Amino acid sequence: MMLDLLGNAQLWASTLTLAIPIAYAALGGVFSERAGILNIALEGEMLIGAFVAVAVSAWTHNVWVGLAAAAVAAALTAALLGWAAVYLRADHIIAGLAVNVLATGLTGFFFNTIYGPMGTPTTTPTVPLWKIPLLDRVPFLGQVLGTHEALVYVFFAILIASNWLMFQTPLGLRWRAVGEFPRAADAAGVAVLRVKFWAVVAAGAVAGIGGADLSVGILNSFSPDMVAGRGFIALAAVIFGAWYPWGGFWASALFGFATALSFQLQGVVGLSKNLLLMLPYAVTVMALAGVVGRTSPPAADGQPYDPGR
Amino acid sequence: MPAPRAGSDEERGRPVLIVRNLIKRFPGILALDSIDFDLRAGEVHAVLGENGAGKSTLMHILYGLIRPDAGEMMLWGRRYAPSSPRDAVLSGVGMVHQHFLLIPALTVAQNVVLGDEPRRGPLIDLRAAEDRIDRLRTAYGIEVDPTALVADLSVGMRQRVEVLKALYRDARLLILDEPTALLTPQETRHLFRAIQELTARGISVIFISHKLDEVRLVSQRVTVLRRGRAVGTERSTEITPGELARRMTGHEVTMSFRRQASSAGEPLLRIEDLSAQGTGPLTLDLCAGEILGVAGIEGNGQEALIGALAGLIPARGKVWLGGARIDHLTVRQRVEAGLGLVPSDRQEDGLVLPMTAAENLALRSYYRRPYARWGMLDLAQWSRETPGKLKAFDVRPPSGGVKAEALSGGNQQKLVLAREIGAEPRVLIASQPTRGLDVGATEFVHRRLIGLRDSGRGILLVSFDLDEVLALSDRIAVLSRGRIAGLMPRREADREALGLLMMGAPPRGPAS
Amino acid sequence: MTAGALWPFTATLLAFVIGGILAAGFGFNPISAYGALLSGAFGGAFAIATTLTNALPLMFTGVAVALSFRSGLFNIGAAGQYWLGAIAATWIGYRAAVPAWVHLPMALVGGMIAGAVWAALIPGIAKAYRGANEVITTLMMTYIAVYLGHYLIEGGPMQAPGFTPQSPQILPTAVLAGLVPGTQLSWGIALAVLLAVMVWLLLQRTAVGFSLRITGASPGAARYAGVSPRGTIVLALALSGAVAGIAGAVQVLGVDHRLYDSFSTSAGFTGIVVALLARNHPIGVLPAAVLFGALASGGNAMQISAGVPFHLVDILQGLIIFFIAGEGLLRYASWGRPNGQRPA
Repeated sequence: MMLDLLGNAQLWASTLTLAIPIAYAALGGVFSERAGILNIALEGEMLIGAFVAVAVSAWTHNVWVGLAAAAVAAALTAALLGWAAVYLRADHIIAGLAVNVLATGLTGFFFNTIYGPMGTPTTTPTVPLWKIPLLDRVPFLGQVLGTHEALVYVFFAILIASNWLMFQTPLGLRWRAVGEFPRAADAAGVAVLRVKFWAVVAAGAVAGIGGADLSVGILNSFSPDMVAGRGFIALAAVIFGAWYPWGGFWASALFGFATALSFQLQGVVGLSKNLLLMLPYAVTVMALAGVVGRTSPPAADGQPYDPGR
Repeated sequence: MPAPRAGSDEERGRPVLIVRNLIKRFPGILALDSIDFDLRAGEVHAVLGENGAGKSTLMHILYGLIRPDAGEMMLWGRRYAPSSPRDAVLSGVGMVHQHFLLIPALTVAQNVVLGDEPRRGPLIDLRAAEDRIDRLRTAYGIEVDPTALVADLSVGMRQRVEVLKALYRDARLLILDEPTALLTPQETRHLFRAIQELTARGISVIFISHKLDEVRLVSQRVTVLRRGRAVGTERSTEITPGELARRMTGHEVTMSFRRQASSAGEPLLRIEDLSAQGTGPLTLDLCAGEILGVAGIEGNGQEALIGALAGLIPARGKVWLGGARIDHLTVRQRVEAGLGLVPSDRQEDGLVLPMTAAENLALRSYYRRPYARWGMLDLAQWSRETPGKLKAFDVRPPSGGVKAEALSGGNQQKLVLAREIGAEPRVLIASQPTRGLDVGATEFVHRRLIGLRDSGRGILLVSFDLDEVLALSDRIAVLSRGRIAGLMPRREADREALGLLMMGAPPRGPAS
Repeated sequence: MTAGALWPFTATLLAFVIGGILAAGFGFNPISAYGALLSGAFGGAFAIATTLTNALPLMFTGVAVALSFRSGLFNIGAAGQYWLGAIAATWIGYRAAVPAWVHLPMALVGGMIAGAVWAALIPGIAKAYRGANEVITTLMMTYIAVYLGHYLIEGGPMQAPGFTPQSPQILPTAVLAGLVPGTQLSWGIALAVLLAVMVWLLLQRTAVGFSLRITGASPGAARYAGVSPRGTIVLALALSGAVAGIAGAVQVLGVDHRLYDSFSTSAGFTGIVVALLARNHPIGVLPAAVLFGALASGGNAMQISAGVPFHLVDILQGLIIFFIAGEGLLRYASWGRPNGQRPA
């Protein structure tokens, strides 16, 4: 039965679909932690992205405008965290929590005020499905990878671009230097505070798209508790992936797999759906308990930088 | 603002840098009080002064890290007022910091080019970077592998990377901030040779130090700073060390610490085959009434030795304190058995900065009588004992309610001593006890250590400062690459032999 | 230092001002909104009792989180420990057939133990032995706790006969007596005050508390002082979880008297804001909890009579944390450096 389950291409296709929102947020986590900012606010940024995507898509009848707006809104949210953590030198965790609570409050407030108990409009446009021309004819792989909503493929483009940016360009070198030893980077003439700030903003934008993927990619509605801790699972993915962009993706895939599996098992095995829904969270805890200590974060991760010594 | 061509006639002997009337104030202190200074082409000009004299402030202004409140500077005949290190670098000024600003997780080449990366389109042109570094290496004789990770390099090699960083940016004026602090005597000689190569090519050097003998060796002129003022500039060969010391401290300084010869007694501390974290096995004895100095370059196993003795890290081997085995005891049990520790990082380990002096005094004893009973803290007892302890160790202000973070470095160290020596240990491990302290505080600490020794205790003095080890120890051991490379009475020790041992080379002379 | 002590008040005030501007931007009258808030919170005995009832779980969770912060740990998952405490107390409440003077304490202690285990067993040990970030692990445990609770009462072993997903009602012997008739306020509030004082005493007057504070202030000094880092991590999380667990127990035993599907975990998260506002002082948590209790009861009134969505309260909370987090600005903006750190 296990083989049947694992041989089901649908399981793997779902794994990818469910992994992508987390993967976007994890990429954002990598962006910000490589610059030394612990980004606890990924959850809030995803939430804002999810809401704005629906609201603007429904309003403009254009999902791409909605996605752009989601990225911008989430980036602005992240800018708050960035401002607090970089310029006010606030504790990253507390500032991140603040942004999360703010995001929850703001989205709930606007959701209730604008849409009320009926929820978001059912006519909200969603992200179109794309097919990769030859791939979808390949057996098994074709089913898994060949057809997905656009944001999945966009993710890989962003992932590859980010990887290249971070490891091949001067900007990437400075970015990593800032996260390792900001004072050294400062002495070398790098604008440390600016790099940190924009890294956080970029992280927010990407996390926002991840949230948007939830609301207009996978579904076509918003509900205030739809992110359900994925922002934090993404953080675990960053750690599990050793702070590399691709690492974050593979870790997210693992969590996506756990979620997809829990859906598949509902009704098949005699377990309560509630117990199965625990699966991704339990996997996250196990991953953290099992792997941490063998990888190490950027040396100055989580430490506020004071240029005035 | 390009500098004149190296070695050109117009350059030699001309002043490269002129500083006039430089003033810098910080809240509550006048760091620089109308400094005049000049540097000639191809010269090595030493700047001498103790902690707090203003050397770092002056250098930071020269390097654009801070702006002066008044005064002016001329560099190669033009007004020089950098508002950032970038400006300084563009003007041809390079700085090698005392605490290296290198990123361990990146390679040598990446560290050198950071901020000035050569490009090919949008990418970093690593090949061009490595080529340029190779050319600099051969030109100046600086040996280092551009593809190596800085984390894997020794201290001496890291310093070379720092010099490369400056040269890569066409520095014609190099500021070296306490460059020999972490080097062995042999590495120091290499550095001095490198400095000669640099000046032969027309680079001018400002050499900051507090080591009198080095200053005379390497520089042509020396300027002494004391409390923010320049107390004279002389040719290095025309001034005696005694005179330099006098200008530096402002009063007669006894160059060698006078103390009674020790009358060492029974072995108080015995270490047999101790090993931890790649250090050891070590075998050592410490007698009552003796100071055993452990010399060595930072990173050769000192922290492992101390951690193993104090019980902070897991270790193998046997340790006896006063005849009883302690190596299986916990940290607290060892303290109770009479083992004290003044840790090397007083701010991270020795004190809890946000807590008060009284709380810090109780840091190692708060859980037991008479400082706690039945698990409850006896704060009345604390306040009974605190004022006496603070006064006995000259902690200022002598108030138990002051937070440790509000105390100066010297007073923080005195607080740590008040706690550790005040507990009347049988053996005290003192690690870097005078790091970052000025002459007055250093003298105080040294006197207390000698006093402790004279009362029959044993002290294990672990210090990177060879002068301190030579001044205080009755016997000296050298720690190199985790093993004891040599052990000798003080009268048989000289800097040359110790330096060789510290580098792991066998000592010169008849069969070793 | 005076500026520092007043900052929580300033932060709160700023938050209200900005909240008011936001509400005005949506066409609501901030004055009437806040007016409704105030009267809903403090207008009359019933309102005050409701405010205190809302404040009650926050007093516990605020103390729980404050305790963890002081020990250098971020127990963000107090909500999960709160749930576990509620589950355990409910189970003991309807299963054990013992006299009242045993039953009630047993249920409370059961809640404490459940919360302590939920925090210490996995997040605590994972952090102590693996360095696993406790922000993530305690939060994950919260989601697991919620699903666990739902499992137990939806077709699971704790469901009462019938179709509604809820547990059986607890026996009368386990009920926590009401303090003010006609309201939901129970004697739990006395317990909360007592616990706050006990935690304060623990931190300030005991050796164990001193060990926790050292660890929270400086891990390096803690090692040097002989404090076991692993033991402290597990202990701190266990204590924090125990207090959060008792919060859940008190809520069930004093107010709900059974476990519902809609049992809210917000007390666990709001407890974090309360702790921060009180600057992690256990006694200071009490008035901070009352403030948030007032926001909750006032917020309801605000929604009903002024039409302002309850979520404005969430926004106010977020703004308050944000300004508290930004307090660092005050410390770094001033030039008042400790006198020993002279530059040069």
